[in-house]
Amino acid sequence: MQITRRGFLTLSGAVGGGVALSGLVNLMPTRAYADELGKMNRIKAAKQVITTCCYCSVGCGLICSVDKATGKIFNIEGDADHPINEGSLCAKGAGLFDLTEANKHRLTKVLYRKPYGTEWEEKDWDFALSRIARLVKDTRDKGFVKRNAKGELVNRCETIGHYGSSNVDNEECWIMSAKSRALGLVYIDHQARV
Amino acid sequence: MTNHYCDLKNADVILIMGSNAAEHHPIAFKWILRAKEKGAKIIHVDPRYTRTSARCDFHVPLRSGTDIAFLGGMINYIFENDKYFKEYVVNYTNASFIVDSGFHFKDGLFSGYDAKKRKYNKDTWTFDKDGRGIPRRDMSLSHPRSVFQLLKKHYSRYTLDKVSSITGVSKENLLKVYEIYASTGAPDKAGTECYALGWTHHTVGSQNIRTMAIIQLLLGNMGIAGGGINALRGEPNVQGSTDHCILYGNLPGYLKMPVASLGSLDKYLKKCTPVSNDPQSANYYSNYPNFFVSFLKSLWGDKANNANNFGYDWLPKLEDGKAYSTMHLFDAMYAGSVKGFFAIGADPAVSTPNSNKVRKALENLDWLVGENIFNNETYEFWRGPGVDPAKIKTECFLLPASASMEKEGSQSNSGRWVQWKYKAAQAPGDAIPVGEIEIKILAAVKKLYEKEGGPNAEAIVNMKWDYLDGKGSMDVLKLAHHINGRFTQDTVIEDKAKKTSTLFKKGSLVPTFGMLKADGSTACGNWIMSGSFGADGENKMMRRGKEDPTGLGLFPDWSFAWPVNRRIIYNRASCDVYGKPYNPNRKLLEWTGDKWVGDVPDGPWPPMADKAKGKYPFIMKQDGVASLFGPAMAEGPFPEHYEPLESPLEKNPMSSQRNNPAIEIFKSDMDKVASASKDFPYVCTTYSCTEHWCTGALTRWQAWLLEAMPELYVEIGDELAKELKIKNGERIKVTSIRGEAPCVAMVTKRFKPFQVEGKTVHQVGMPFNYGWLFPKDGGDSTNVLTPTVGCANTFCPEYKAFMVNVEKL
Amino acid sequence: MTTPQLVKLIDTTLCTACRGCQVACKQWNEMPGLRTKQWGSYQNPPDLQWNTWTLIRFQEYEDQSGNFDWIFRKDGCMHCTDAACVKVCPSGSLYYTPLKTVGIHHEKCIGCKECVAACPFHIPKYDAKTDKVYKCDLCYSRIRESQAPACVKSCPTGALTIGDKDAMIKKAYARVKELGGDANVYGDKFVGGTHVIYVLKYKPEVYESLPVDPKVPLSVMVWKDLLKPLSLLAAGAAAAGAFIHYITHGPKTPHEDGQEQKGGE
Repeated sequence: MQITRRGFLTLSGAVGGGVALSGLVNLMPTRAYADELGKMNRIKAAKQVITTCCYCSVGCGLICSVDKATGKIFNIEGDADHPINEGSLCAKGAGLFDLTEANKHRLTKVLYRKPYGTEWEEKDWDFALSRIARLVKDTRDKGFVKRNAKGELVNRCETIGHYGSSNVDNEECWIMSAKSRALGLVYIDHQARV
Repeated sequence: MTNHYCDLKNADVILIMGSNAAEHHPIAFKWILRAKEKGAKIIHVDPRYTRTSARCDFHVPLRSGTDIAFLGGMINYIFENDKYFKEYVVNYTNASFIVDSGFHFKDGLFSGYDAKKRKYNKDTWTFDKDGRGIPRRDMSLSHPRSVFQLLKKHYSRYTLDKVSSITGVSKENLLKVYEIYASTGAPDKAGTECYALGWTHHTVGSQNIRTMAIIQLLLGNMGIAGGGINALRGEPNVQGSTDHCILYGNLPGYLKMPVASLGSLDKYLKKCTPVSNDPQSANYYSNYPNFFVSFLKSLWGDKANNANNFGYDWLPKLEDGKAYSTMHLFDAMYAGSVKGFFAIGADPAVSTPNSNKVRKALENLDWLVGENIFNNETYEFWRGPGVDPAKIKTECFLLPASASMEKEGSQSNSGRWVQWKYKAAQAPGDAIPVGEIEIKILAAVKKLYEKEGGPNAEAIVNMKWDYLDGKGSMDVLKLAHHINGRFTQDTVIEDKAKKTSTLFKKGSLVPTFGMLKADGSTACGNWIMSGSFGADGENKMMRRGKEDPTGLGLFPDWSFAWPVNRRIIYNRASCDVYGKPYNPNRKLLEWTGDKWVGDVPDGPWPPMADKAKGKYPFIMKQDGVASLFGPAMAEGPFPEHYEPLESPLEKNPMSSQRNNPAIEIFKSDMDKVASASKDFPYVCTTYSCTEHWCTGALTRWQAWLLEAMPELYVEIGDELAKELKIKNGERIKVTSIRGEAPCVAMVTKRFKPFQVEGKTVHQVGMPFNYGWLFPKDGGDSTNVLTPTVGCANTFCPEYKAFMVNVEKL
Repeated sequence: MTTPQLVKLIDTTLCTACRGCQVACKQWNEMPGLRTKQWGSYQNPPDLQWNTWTLIRFQEYEDQSGNFDWIFRKDGCMHCTDAACVKVCPSGSLYYTPLKTVGIHHEKCIGCKECVAACPFHIPKYDAKTDKVYKCDLCYSRIRESQAPACVKSCPTGALTIGDKDAMIKKAYARVKELGGDANVYGDKFVGGTHVIYVLKYKPEVYESLPVDPKVPLSVMVWKDLLKPLSLLAAGAAAAGAFIHYITHGPKTPHEDGQEQKGGE
């Protein structure tokens, strides 16, 4: 019997992130016990989706096992096919599952705290987006610098700061970079500097 | 990273300095151990013995903030013992260039210093040029004003005695490291360096790295398999976020943010586009206008055209000479001038130095928008320790975001591999991707400007901003295409070498940045990402091919690496001037007479021995060679040791300049400094741990990780603990002139006192992973202790060396 | 066909204490994290406990000539061939799997804690809330499907590997030879040989919480050979457990009831 560290969830035909399981051959005609084996059966029946670790910058590959009935992730472990981590993970990566919906501390509602308020209130997206847009415009217009002291055209807004983030995807980073320039912001920074 | 993670296995010597790789990049460390298995020597230089030290061949402790002295001594050793790789140094660096006769260095200062501005006039930091405008060179390296001779002279001052006395490293230990590392100066040996925040978190951060770059160039270690300088970066997409330049000074692809004095597009392009008269210098940045105009087109689409200079006027212009970094932002916010603030996927109330000042600054805001997957200390500053919410006017929003595995998109690792990931599940509740929130916020603002107008409204209303799909969700693929770039009109591209001509229809994807144009015929969000898609639409970031034709672990068919899928940058320097690999056993690239074979080369041109068509290897540098002499740096073309802003020494042992003369001094009433003070006698450094990430803003909410590292602690050497009668596990407090941090004492043999300038200096260290919000009994940020000061070039804060006291409660 | 025997090899000289294994174990086995205290060590929880089946032990060690080393040792079930826990278990909860590892059926556990007292390595841990004992089962659910245990899979450096018994023992001895000095293989020679073995750099006595000469306690032999058959005649297995506990170890003490485990809530 051969057990390799690179066994689990061998991937084939990675199309659209849905990948097939193979190599899960039951070599042992042993008795099955529900409490021990249930998870493996669920894994076999699950949709496997590739992701990248969201902590350091090594870029380890992971596989999320998603229950097809509920659409929920129930297991995350290393991608054995990934050339960098080869299935292995550190403490943070191995615990990635605890960042999913399973973590009861996740934010799930739009929260608003009014001036001088002592608590958060739940709001909806429409409220937040329209109120934020109003505040952005008012602040920008009030403090906008068309020309500097020397009379040079500068078209900048120095009254709004923009911070973050190196923990979002490239496409989102580009959006932030473009958005802040469109608004004329200059106080633009993120974790790359700290 | 100049190289990439799997490549670490190819090294003969790995110097880990400024990094705690085993703890912060455990999977990178796996590749370091692969090298060790094959016989490589692994050296750890760090103030503290860590999990990294435990698995290295040996550990050498040095006092925080003295890396330049340590490495300067190595440069001196390399010269004194003739360990440099002469052929490489002569051909591939500016060692042979002749420096201006007005250039000098005296008592810690280079020529041109203006003490009032704390800045240098760099007029003498230049090279002599010949009649054609090409830098004059002395290939014998003997000219007294050659870079080589000046460099040698500069570091001759870094003697073993001097370096040992500054760093607290014994002379035997210095020699041991120097000897082993300098052995990689042989043509068939590779040495690499891994650094991280341990080097950047200093007032001399950039120069720490440059000192090592000089060593790597002297030893011929740049551009080779198993070589390079490798920043092990700390966030999952910090490479990508840097590439897309969510940074005040740059636009996506490291294009320069315009300043006020560059009032027109022409002026700007002229300033930013380097010129070289040397026909053998590829001077790739001569393509700068193609990249820049294509970027403007990506912002404003059809609204940006020749007639309006592609919208150049709409872009904000920075004030000349002014910085707008995180520390500047909070300084301005503390002064009351910043009124609104977006804090996205971040916790600056914990991560920014002098966080008591930062938290005070937040109280001045009219509004704050947070976007994250968990709550944190920034979003709840209005009810932080000692804050009365009823007195805080700020209107706050906390918007729920999708976690990484709940959205599709790409992330770039430190090795520049841009990897695609997929959406595994729906985010809980009302959460949506941060990108989608941002798209929707600007769309709402845009609507207001369309209706009401306002100053420079064109910049907003003209934005091409159609990145939501039919269902109103972020269209990630469309954005990725946009970043890669498209032809804005039917374009025929002629390839003279291949004698082909190809028609690209309007709207089709640009297959490489070589096809970008400055005439508005291409739009590209970020030129370095151009080529992440093929012309046929193939998303190269999704690739999962495992072929490894060179056997060096380049994995060219796995994801996409920028630029143009090059896995090791400056790779032409791995070969001699005829294109023959210096190390036939680790053949990264080889010129076969008509083409390069191996990794994607730094340009298709023949090697430089071909005087007609050949090019120098460092194609992104104006002169085609690497810079031993680096005039771009704020504090001097050669790195020099200066003490940290707060140091145990009253005097810099090297010169009369105690601190880096080019650092900016912040002057608010909360920016107190206590250097060489009896009240704060111990050097302190801060760091993370394997079990937490950054401020702990994600990991403290996770029970498995919190269980393993539950609470703020300070690591104290057993000798100091004995002196202070502190017991292991005892609750104590660490104080600086700016604040105090109650924590648990971890008494350890892993911190030893240093002998510095004839006196005993103790150092302690603390993690920066905790905050008051959660867990409630886990301690607060260590950044209440750190000073508002940073690197003279980057404004990366000095978290790694400052002075504290350690007290029993 | 003879059933293969698996051995997990823990090479302590390759461990970086990243604790990927410690968390991966909890992830796969769905064990919670509990609130702990910083007690002056990276080692947390301070000991194995009902929710922590694999634990990295951190130990600062200075040899006689003052050479310093930070020792990391992954602790967990050794999967003995002559397993004291299986011998004493009155309910059939602890059992030998066909792969010769020691499995555990939690639904059968009656919380008698016989195994806790009997194990020479102090591995099984009792949880008062569920009134059951917990320990590593070498991810039986995975290994029976030819998949590496969660800890082995997560290990970045090759400190943890698993494979055929003979091959792993051979590998361990080859590594010890390469290391030289006091390096030794731990586990293959006692309690009938364990299915988890260590490569240790130092003599076993150097390591905290590692028995130098682990033995199945004599009382366990008595239990297995004499009393267990008797107890099975008794009305309830739980009562038998308590009865036998009394006979072999004397009355329960408060310390033994699992309420005072360090670190946990």
